[in-house]
Amino acid sequence: MEKRRIKVSKRKAYYASKIKRAVHMLFYRRHKKPGVKGWELRKALGSDYPKVLTILDDYLKALDLQVKTAFEEEKPVEKPTLEELDKARFYVTLRGELTPKETKMIGWRIDDLAGLAIAITHVISKKGKAPRKEVEELLRDKLPGWKVGFNIDRYIRYGYLTEDENEQLYLDWRTRAEVDQKALIDMLLSK
Amino acid sequence: MQSKRERSKTGREKLQRIIEMCKSVEDRSLDPFLIDVDEVISTVKEYFPEWEIPEDLCLDAETIYRLASVIKLQSEWVKHRSTSLYTDPFLLEEKLTRIGKEEIVETFVKAWHPIVEFEQISLHSLAEALRYWESLLPLKERWKEFPPAELERSLATREELIRQRILRDKAFSEELENFWQELKNHVGTKGENGKIRYWDFVGAETYDETVHKAFMTSFLVTYGYATLEIHPLEEEIFIKPYEKQTAKIGKEQLVSIPIAVSAEDWMKWKRGELK
Repeated sequence: MEKRRIKVSKRKAYYASKIKRAVHMLFYRRHKKPGVKGWELRKALGSDYPKVLTILDDYLKALDLQVKTAFEEEKPVEKPTLEELDKARFYVTLRGELTPKETKMIGWRIDDLAGLAIAITHVISKKGKAPRKEVEELLRDKLPGWKVGFNIDRYIRYGYLTEDENEQLYLDWRTRAEVDQKALIDMLLSK
Repeated sequence: MQSKRERSKTGREKLQRIIEMCKSVEDRSLDPFLIDVDEVISTVKEYFPEWEIPEDLCLDAETIYRLASVIKLQSEWVKHRSTSLYTDPFLLEEKLTRIGKEEIVETFVKAWHPIVEFEQISLHSLAEALRYWESLLPLKERWKEFPPAELERSLATREELIRQRILRDKAFSEELENFWQELKNHVGTKGENGKIRYWDFVGAETYDETVHKAFMTSFLVTYGYATLEIHPLEEEIFIKPYEKQTAKIGKEQLVSIPIAVSAEDWMKWKRGELK
């Protein structure tokens, strides 16, 4: 009985130190883009890093945060292999919702956020690819003309959208990490 | 009745139009079902017997290629429509224009979970930075000007110049003649029919020496002390010394023959793989 208790507490200490290390890696930005690649976590935490992240995710629930996985492919992977996990990028994101007032605190004006929502929604409805001109046209309906191009460039710079040489817009890594695309479309259609 | 030439011209124009249409569907994200695949195929079939020159056949092939890309887009379109993410863009656009921006934002924040990240400096990195700063030498010490070393001026001796490889210890013509003699001796001992394989002559213990011998050999040939015999099919090169120096210049057209003497070739020769 005593042996078992010691074994359990050793195990707890083992995971507690790994969780601390994971928190440092996930919360503090290490590269130009936020988040940590799976292989980096494996190197620092060992091969059982998915388990460490599951425990951490559980722990973060109380703080309204979550560990989010963004896979290389656009579509989420249901049962990822170790290789897919290694290539994926891990972030800590908000689990619940912000209130519109709170968005101001993190530096977003209501106009800019509405523009972002429209741009993302339009690209999703066009199978993930839409001409920039079309998006600009949509935004011009509710934003002053001079702001439209500026805002789209900002969404691109932040990593929500990306643009190719034919002026086509696509969803980028940050949208994949932060936006629940299905929920957004469902909610908009039910309005 | 159209002449064959006119018919070909019409066919080319039609194929060009199809290619342009397919391209615009691809580039501008237009509805791929705007293209009537059956009609395009029947046009391609109709004009195919007219094509004789390669340019027309290439045009035909490009049309098929563009059509295949559109069919791929059509298949993706159908797949997307069958997923739960599919929404009619017009319906969505109509919704977006009808609802106010406050409502859009309210909806968006329900689906938006922004990344949490810190960019602040940590106590650990601050301590590291302080340690680095303490051990860093002041600029005036790091960028000290070094006084120029005083140089003694004197005349260089011939031996010194030879040591620095500015002068050679023998006159070049003398060295070349000695080298010619060496070639003759080699042909006498290792050669056959008054000639020797190129690599058997220039190959030496070190790569440097090999390059030097190849360099000297090129002068032997240029100055008429020897000649090259090349058998392209067998990929063999022989060098054949003349008994007396011959002056070729002006008598026949001279040609340059580049022979690579790379370190890899030298290694191959050492292993006996190159002849």
